[in-house]
Amino acid sequence: MTLLDFARGPAIHWSLIILITGTIWRLLGVLVLTRGADLSRPRDAFGNFKGYRTVFSRAWPSGEFTTATRYQTAMAYVFHIATLVVVIGIVPHIEFITSLTGASWPGLPNAAGVAVGIIALASLLALIIRRVSKPAIYCSTWGDYFAWIVIAMPLVTGLMAFAHLGPRYETMLAIHILSVALLFAWFPFGKLMHAFWFVFSRAQSGVAYAHKGVRI
Amino acid sequence: MATATTLGELLRSQGISRRAFLKFCSATASMMAIPAGMVPAMAEALEQAKRQSVIWMSFQECTGCTEALLRSHAPSIESLMFDFISLDYHHTLQAASGEAAERAREEAMHANAGDYLLLVDGSIPTIKACSTIAGISNLDMLLETASGASAILAIGTCAAYGGLPKAAPNPTQAMSVEELITDKPIVNIPGCPPLPLAITGVIAHYLTMGALPELDHLGRPLSFFGENIHDRCYRRPFYDRGLFAETFDDEGARKGWCLYKLGCKAPETYNACAHVKWNQGVSFPIQSGHGCIGCSEPNFWDKGGIYDSVPMGQFGTGPKIGVAATVGVAVGAGAAVLARGKKHKSEAELHSDD
Repeated sequence: MTLLDFARGPAIHWSLIILITGTIWRLLGVLVLTRGADLSRPRDAFGNFKGYRTVFSRAWPSGEFTTATRYQTAMAYVFHIATLVVVIGIVPHIEFITSLTGASWPGLPNAAGVAVGIIALASLLALIIRRVSKPAIYCSTWGDYFAWIVIAMPLVTGLMAFAHLGPRYETMLAIHILSVALLFAWFPFGKLMHAFWFVFSRAQSGVAYAHKGVRI
Repeated sequence: MATATTLGELLRSQGISRRAFLKFCSATASMMAIPAGMVPAMAEALEQAKRQSVIWMSFQECTGCTEALLRSHAPSIESLMFDFISLDYHHTLQAASGEAAERAREEAMHANAGDYLLLVDGSIPTIKACSTIAGISNLDMLLETASGASAILAIGTCAAYGGLPKAAPNPTQAMSVEELITDKPIVNIPGCPPLPLAITGVIAHYLTMGALPELDHLGRPLSFFGENIHDRCYRRPFYDRGLFAETFDDEGARKGWCLYKLGCKAPETYNACAHVKWNQGVSFPIQSGHGCIGCSEPNFWDKGGIYDSVPMGQFGTGPKIGVAATVGVAVGAGAAVLARGKKHKSEAELHSDD
């Protein structure tokens, strides 16, 4: 079995199994652990609605923080959008998703895929530079840095495979797929899980504050 | 088989002009990455080359490798050069049969001991009874013949890597030449079949240089297998522009767009098909509208579907995502029950403290 056979066979298969198992495990494990009913009378009759609204309203910082958080907000948006475009936009990724789900859609030309991939990587670098240069603000743990590496690896290896840099193409492709397998396997257990948590945490904050009559 | 004593004599007797011969030398030198300044020396050496004794063993094979070399639509210098070598044993081509044929092999082995080239096509069954020639198992015949060879050329993917006979479940326990012979220089010239120029090019290199060409990590001559087909493919610009044939009869297929989505294995296949081509440079599989099946790579038959594209996951028969989701629900529910129990317990403790 070659490295590529291992990567696109057992490695990616088992990582997907860990991803699905782990994600459902963590979601259920936390969501079933609800808070008990709040017996006080809600100060805002539209508490639940405002809770759901918070999921979207928290997508942008409050006016007071606009200036202070402009850099990381902009970079984070660029990173997330560019990464999403790369993940679902380039043909090899669509082919992989098709093999998994049967769904398919038109892909981007290679040049566009490479450009967006570079933008994603540049924004990721911009974010880690800020994190490293302002330790007092971020109070980073090893989990933050590990999550960054796990996300950066597929971008770096994917761009290298695309550009035929480094080892032979099939080896680079195998390394790329293995880096994605690591991302999938780590996803439910680290901070990357925010991709699911953000909906519930924002909604929970919104409901709790609205119940108390706090305007958010 | 030719009777001329040198290659030059043979070519002249066949009406091949010196100009055509030099063109062949230039093309071969260029393919083998030999400097242009070496072409006259190469021509000189080839012209004076004496007949090389060659024993060709065919084991578990389909004769496609021999066909590819010999069934060119017109006689070429490559095939004439093949005529030139002293092909002392090839059971498809030789006139002799039975004991006479085996005697020819034994005589060639003794007369040229330590000096003959051994060409092998087909894989070797290690369950000996699966394939025999004149009552001798393929394995025994290979071991015996290889012992006196100066070098071995494994022709075709079956000889080089086991090929089709080795495909799962490998009922004959087939093995490649390099898995069985470890004490001789071996050149793998894979392909199903291999390019005729790759076979004659390696022989020409051996006749002129007296040595085997530089090989890659899979034992293939770098000059023919150094680049992947995707990099040399004339359809590559369509890949870069994101233009793909989605089916074999859609607009993309008619316009000659990239066959990547139809399972073309060119990105992971190393061979010279895209620039040497077949049938005197007429075409190659991708040009005729079908994706590369990666036939010059080890175990190509067991690497997923021919029409599955390169990045597709090969999920095999292991546990499926549905099973994973079920396990996730079970573990998640278990974790939740445990956590709730813990929470209630700590709440009860808090209340009792009050």
